[in-house]
Amino acid sequence: MQNHPYIWNYIPLLMQVGIVGLMTLGMVTMSWFIGRHRNLKDKLEAYECGIPAEGDARGRFSVRFYMVAMLFILFDVEAVFMIPWAVIYRRLPAITGSQLFGFWEMVVYLGFVVVGVFYVWKKGVLDWASDKADL
Amino acid sequence: METGLFTFLIVNLIKIVVVVVILLMAVAYTVLLERKLVGRIQNRWGPSRVGPFGLLQPLADGAKLFLKEDLMPFAVERPLYVLAPMIALGCALTSIAVIPFGANIQWHGVDLFQISDVSIGLLILLGITSVGVYGIALSGWSSNNKYSLLGALRASAQVISYELALGLALVGVVMRAGSLRLRDIVNVQTGHSLVAFLHWNFFGGFQFVAFFIYLMAAYAETNRAPFDLPEAESELTAGYHTEYSSMKFAMFFMAEYANMITVGCVATLLFFGGWTSPFGHFLSGSGPVSTAILSVFWFVAKVFFFLFLYIWVRGTLPRFRYDQLMGFGWTFLVPVAIANIVVTGLWMGLSLPAH
Repeated sequence: MQNHPYIWNYIPLLMQVGIVGLMTLGMVTMSWFIGRHRNLKDKLEAYECGIPAEGDARGRFSVRFYMVAMLFILFDVEAVFMIPWAVIYRRLPAITGSQLFGFWEMVVYLGFVVVGVFYVWKKGVLDWASDKADL
Repeated sequence: METGLFTFLIVNLIKIVVVVVILLMAVAYTVLLERKLVGRIQNRWGPSRVGPFGLLQPLADGAKLFLKEDLMPFAVERPLYVLAPMIALGCALTSIAVIPFGANIQWHGVDLFQISDVSIGLLILLGITSVGVYGIALSGWSSNNKYSLLGALRASAQVISYELALGLALVGVVMRAGSLRLRDIVNVQTGHSLVAFLHWNFFGGFQFVAFFIYLMAAYAETNRAPFDLPEAESELTAGYHTEYSSMKFAMFFMAEYANMITVGCVATLLFFGGWTSPFGHFLSGSGPVSTAILSVFWFVAKVFFFLFLYIWVRGTLPRFRYDQLMGFGWTFLVPVAIANIVVTGLWMGLSLPAH
């Protein structure tokens, strides 16, 4: 069995982050210094299949990407709420004294989530092919 | 015996270096495996010139990539352009830290087959893979190239959409185990009879729905075929790493394969009994040494199966269309994952003892 404090278990994780960070830094640096540099103007321009690049790449793009990001935050928070419930689910009958109390509580919650998904679905946000969507 | 902090740090340092080196070799040889298998699927040989059966090909590729010119185009946002491959590869290599790849065997009070045995292992794993999206998004934005930007946008939108279904699919498994600690999740699936594999979440726990959701979501998460829209060559040349060359390009490449290995590990742990033998005590080892060898063997065999499946799928299925991809994630996988949670909850609630 383990004979060290539990918090020590996080130390190797931090060590791993440090080692991997140093290693990736080393890779980037090494490839910069090992490879030969022969800078030509044409070579260093933005790649557009050989045609001179026009304008800046950071123009406007579809608002749907923004919608997806926002929906993701909403639904991911809801998914995260489910994890503590899932961890304790086996013990809920003993805690609440009722066989299915924990289950029905979560069904109510999931009901709200499903209504949310259904709403954005019917709004057409998830329908990428149509341009009539009500964004 | 109390483990001293110094011993603890040294043993862990050695362990981490060994694991990272093995992981990098595994990444290199997964690339070779993929090239070989896709070659055979397409009725050609694949790499066969460098070394016997092309076995030295990954080393030759690595040397070549290091020697290539490292371009720094005019228009890029320099700090972010350099940081992006570091984030991508860093996250891919860090997530292996919480994965137990063998039975719990202690040496000097340190678990030999897991780097960091924390009680929120699964959560950390999900968190680290989420941070990996920054690598993709930053690489596309900092490159200041239209292909890169579009590829990165597609990739980010796809990854975050499928992350939702992925997270929901794992809730069922967590419910069965009652813990987020990966060793606990495997222990729940352990059986002792000759048909111990029936205890796996995939069979015994009735979580095969969750498994297939996880598998599809994970393929989309790692931007692999049939969901490899971000790097659809015919539309975007190479997607978010169009402007990268030399080792920076290779780092994105390695990150993709390291993520594949992580996905294989997670699928093995959550649905296929991790390092335990499918046949109970048969072939699971008796002494510490044979247990160590056999548990790692079973784990690697299962992960290898998932890598093979990845490559097989890539060689077989055509690419999705982008609107189909997003529709599939949101309107099919998410509702099915929610239904899976409800069914699992009801089934467990009815079968649990009242108290």
